[in-house]
Amino acid sequence: MFKKWFRQSTGIRNRGINPQGFHVSQLKFYMILIPLSVFMLLPILFIFSTAFKPPDELFAFPPRFFVIRPTLKNFQDLFSKLTTSGIPVSRYLFNSILITIITVISSIVVSSMGAFALSKKNFALKQILFTVNNIALMFVPIAVSIPRFLVIQRMGLLNTFPVHILPVLAMPVGLFLLKQFMDGIPDEIIEAAQIDGASDWYIYLRIILPMIRPALATIAILTFQAAWNNAEISTLYVNDESLRNLAFYLNTLNSQTTGANIVAGQGIAAAAALIMFMPNLIIFIFLQGQVMSTMSHSGLK
Amino acid sequence: MQIRAAFQNWLRKEGSAYAFLSIYAILFIIFIVVPVLAAFFLSFTFFDAIQPPHFVGLSNYITLLTQDDIFMRYVLPNTIQFAIIVGPGGYVLAFLLAWMLAQLPKIPRTIFALILYSPSMTAAVAMTAVWKTLFSGDQTGYLNSFLMSLGFMNEPIQWLQSPDYLMTVMIIVTLWSSMGIGFLAMLAGILEINPELYEAAAIDGMNNRFQEIFYITIPSMKPQMLFGAVMAIVTTFQAGAIGVALSGANPTPQYSGQLIVNHIEDYGFLRYEMGYAAAVSVVLLLMVLFFSQVANRLFGSDV
Repeated sequence: MFKKWFRQSTGIRNRGINPQGFHVSQLKFYMILIPLSVFMLLPILFIFSTAFKPPDELFAFPPRFFVIRPTLKNFQDLFSKLTTSGIPVSRYLFNSILITIITVISSIVVSSMGAFALSKKNFALKQILFTVNNIALMFVPIAVSIPRFLVIQRMGLLNTFPVHILPVLAMPVGLFLLKQFMDGIPDEIIEAAQIDGASDWYIYLRIILPMIRPALATIAILTFQAAWNNAEISTLYVNDESLRNLAFYLNTLNSQTTGANIVAGQGIAAAAALIMFMPNLIIFIFLQGQVMSTMSHSGLK
Repeated sequence: MQIRAAFQNWLRKEGSAYAFLSIYAILFIIFIVVPVLAAFFLSFTFFDAIQPPHFVGLSNYITLLTQDDIFMRYVLPNTIQFAIIVGPGGYVLAFLLAWMLAQLPKIPRTIFALILYSPSMTAAVAMTAVWKTLFSGDQTGYLNSFLMSLGFMNEPIQWLQSPDYLMTVMIIVTLWSSMGIGFLAMLAGILEINPELYEAAAIDGMNNRFQEIFYITIPSMKPQMLFGAVMAIVTTFQAGAIGVALSGANPTPQYSGQLIVNHIEDYGFLRYEMGYAAAVSVVLLLMVLFFSQVANRLFGSDV
């Protein structure tokens, strides 16, 4: 038994790219990747640990990294807390959830319809428009936050609910990934459907959408992160406290005063950070296989 | 009459394509194209958000190049330093990590990929609280306490308020969260390469992993390399707010962590000199374009 394992892990079979099993030549990679992963994980473990720390452990000196007696007190404090304007934290959380759900669904619809046109339809401007979108991959929203503000102001979107959603929907990388993935669907399938008399709408809904599920899952994740983690929109374009989201609230926790307050605030901030992080992680774990299969189509030529 | 027939013909042939594209196109124009054009337009004006902008020619750019001491002495060198280390540095790191992961079987690979990717899922605002605690300036700070207990230093260091350390902390924090979708794309790209290429090279006498990387791996996945490069450039410049978030002040202590994005915010939202801020934005967009052109030269297919 040991002999078999030894042969398997020293022979030629499991070397190189995408091996089937363990091989001694992989040890050197583990030796680099394991310490690095620990380093990468530390700040995330720290959120977990701090979120469950009781007050005396938050104030402890010298500070301890790991929690000893975990408690849910920080979460209770977070939700019983009222902000200075009298808005409960649950309101920010509710806004975040609602904004994120609507944004993810609309983004899937809007981007996949656009990608369908760019991938499977023929029209004169097709190549030019795709190139424009590729250039926009380099777009850095933060660079034009001022003209964006002016545009949003002119359109009367300041202090409205849609301002959270509409700017996020213009996501060049989403359209790009969907289009690349759709290019992998053979044109013959669509031609066959057209001969059978299917309309474009039918082809889009019944043929394309079911075939690009992995790419849709990827767009869902990217949009989720863009919407859920977004504090800029609430900061720049919304004044009404009851319309702001959880990411914004966390931002206000960060900028709070110094002294003993900031230490007590650490536990609450970590609890909020954990609530921010967990949905991202859970969704990604469930959809990671689909994401990887989309990413193999991500080449930019 | 003929025009109408031609229009109807066009509508029948191409109308549905434009219909499918229309919603995205409208949002794209409103939130990307118009703001970029507006930035170009405003950069040639004086605009304080109260009175309508009036045209001042190139004077904003001239001021930027000749009179903006802070821009030339701090912001530009800081931005270049930050961009070079986080951009190409993070990119090479992402490629090497992806390459190492590709040498492992599926289950450990997936676990490592998840761990390396998860920092990029965290929200910058959420992490600020964590960094502030870990890098806290007094002796109760985690890093200070740790280093002092090991005897590396006797005095606590003001990591986030000291001009000597702020930039280093910014770079580490940004690199930490930079293994994003560009990294996943490169990992997928490496795994997609036809294994027969490696076998053929081995038969031809290639016996060195570095030769393999340069002659097979990278050339076979140029499109993914380019996508990863563009993503690296965008995340680098998008991360510009980190210095202000960490130090809690704009401008950052002695401008040590002041990046071009903070300079825009400083002039645009704090001083309301929006014309001037727009000129700085244009410079930033041109920098992004320049870096992307370099990436395109390296990995593009149409060189």
